[in-house]
Amino acid sequence: MSEHIIPTRTYYLIWISLMCLTVITAAVAFVDLGQFNTIVALSIATLKAVLVVLFFMHLKYTNEKMSKVAVISALFWLVLLLALSLTDYGWRGAGAV
Amino acid sequence: MSDSPVAVEQAHGPELLHHFADPEQQRAAASLGMWLFLATEIMFFGGMFCAYLVYRRWYFAEFAASSRTLDIWLGTINTIVLICSSLTVALGVRAAQMGKRKLLVVLLILTLIFGLAFLGIKGKEWSDKFHEHHIPGPQFDAGEIQLNGHPVDARSAQIFFSLYFAMTGMHALHMIIGVFMFVILTWYAWKGRFNQRYYTPVENCGLYWHFVDIIWIYLFPLLYLIDRKK
Repeated sequence: MSEHIIPTRTYYLIWISLMCLTVITAAVAFVDLGQFNTIVALSIATLKAVLVVLFFMHLKYTNEKMSKVAVISALFWLVLLLALSLTDYGWRGAGAV
Repeated sequence: MSDSPVAVEQAHGPELLHHFADPEQQRAAASLGMWLFLATEIMFFGGMFCAYLVYRRWYFAEFAASSRTLDIWLGTINTIVLICSSLTVALGVRAAQMGKRKLLVVLLILTLIFGLAFLGIKGKEWSDKFHEHHIPGPQFDAGEIQLNGHPVDARSAQIFFSLYFAMTGMHALHMIIGVFMFVILTWYAWKGRFNQRYYTPVENCGLYWHFVDIIWIYLFPLLYLIDRKK
């Protein structure tokens, strides 16, 4: 079997990290950091997503390169969608479609 | 190919479909298909995230005021519930890899309980919004939606709630589909359909469940957290 079996300890560590990050991000929401509220919240969300993808979804351990190609392609398309749309609509002013 | 087809089937079990050379190739094909499906799902949700970011930039005050009417505690509890369900799924896939049938069934049922708890809490939040007349439409009441004591434009606030219900609604629909998938999975696991050599459905349903978890990981800060203080 080519699939690597990960020790339960790793899963519990990732789970505890995700729980701590959730509590931290909820607590930070009550502190006024100006525009850094958004940056901190989305950075923590990205860190959580990376932990889930790498460990729970086994992307770190898989030896199938095509899975990684699929993930990187999806992220590339998503960045295209968000970056191009926001640089356009973001600067037009409210409702200026 | 010196082996007769019958011998190959006996060596690998009945799961190996005839158009695959060996179980490993079949597993890799199913896995790639799942990852490509998830890539299309990222684009599907990406459109809604994009709309949310554009409208939030345009109607910043209304989005901040509307966001604060959401219950941050229920949102946090639901995030925790979903992370616990992801843990039970990950441990379930591991149990399947090791061929532990009873442990797999227990972990799948725990996942179902967490998934249904999430949907229950979400239903409570939606019913609160219904009673507060925060559903977009003719009955919409923006009276309680204020930013620093000032009322906000009701039309723009409805855009927030349209996106809120579209995004959490599509997420909940994915959860409901996931629950059905896991009910079937639990039944198959109970019947002993999976073993160390064949657990692809557990693995791929697990990937789907984790993906739905990741969508919520982003919905939670965008809808509940980032505009709490302004």
